[in-house]
Amino acid sequence: MIHTIAFYIFAAMVIASGALVITARNPVHSVLWLILAFFNAAGLMVLVGAEFIAMLLVIVYVGAVAVLFLFVVMMLEIDFAEMRAGFVKYFPLGVLLALILVSEMILGIGAYSAGSMHLGTADGVGTPLMGESNIRSIGALLYGRYLFLFESAGLVLLVAMVGAIVLTHRERGTVRGHQNINKQVRRRPGDATVNTRPEVGKGIEL
Amino acid sequence: MQPSTRAPKWAKGLNYDRGEAVIGIEHYVVVSSILFVLGVLGIFLNRKNVIVILMAIELILLSVNLNFVAFSAFLNDLVGQVFAMFILTVAAGEAAIGLAILVIFFRDRGTIAVDDVNRMKG
Repeated sequence: MIHTIAFYIFAAMVIASGALVITARNPVHSVLWLILAFFNAAGLMVLVGAEFIAMLLVIVYVGAVAVLFLFVVMMLEIDFAEMRAGFVKYFPLGVLLALILVSEMILGIGAYSAGSMHLGTADGVGTPLMGESNIRSIGALLYGRYLFLFESAGLVLLVAMVGAIVLTHRERGTVRGHQNINKQVRRRPGDATVNTRPEVGKGIEL
Repeated sequence: MQPSTRAPKWAKGLNYDRGEAVIGIEHYVVVSSILFVLGVLGIFLNRKNVIVILMAIELILLSVNLNFVAFSAFLNDLVGQVFAMFILTVAAGEAAIGLAILVIFFRDRGTIAVDDVNRMKG
């Protein structure tokens, strides 16, 4: 019973906050509603027994992605009132598309409920380990069968990081302390040091 | 598989001890469908604001993740959750790259309205 109530609360919250994400006037509020949506989706995932993914959702989305969004929204100074100008103009088209999508999904779920569609059966590679927690089972699968996929996911993140840095890095010209790696690498001992044999009492010229 | 015997099977997958009415896969599919549609609607409604469009894409990815996790739990197969993790990875990368592009675009033009994006040359 408590499970059902929790499901409906989380579901209602995630849908309401999803709606507010796209309709909020201020993008900062949109980001905050997005965070709430992520938390409630994580709650839904906990209900279904996927604790690890739920916690990952909170850490990755709320901890990294949402903060990144917040940072960018606050960094750019934009007249947000002007941004809303096309809202009414595109509303009918958007609602029409949304209605089409909803009706398709209702058709699909109706077909499933009527019994004309069947869920497949799992092939057994991903069956949770007996008596083990969710995270242990996922770990066994991820570091075993899907190790290379896991590594390539890390590669995707590396490429994303390099891409973001390359895109936003700005050459600042001749600001003090600017590092010219090419110049540094080309530098040889002969360019930097010189042997002199100064006469006594004359000093040296640099 | 008879329709009448489905619910107890899911209940077993969810470790239910009680035989009361349970939340089935349909409930999760409905929630994630609504979230998906909200994301698509958000892309259409906020045609001027790229940040909100990116957020709508995040909503869509969230709904897909929810779907993957729900099916993974109800079919008792963890591969769905592993895949959800990969989606999370891609979503994080997408957000980072998208926002980076947004920042340099804003630095260049002083606006982020989608309608003003009419030149490829930087």
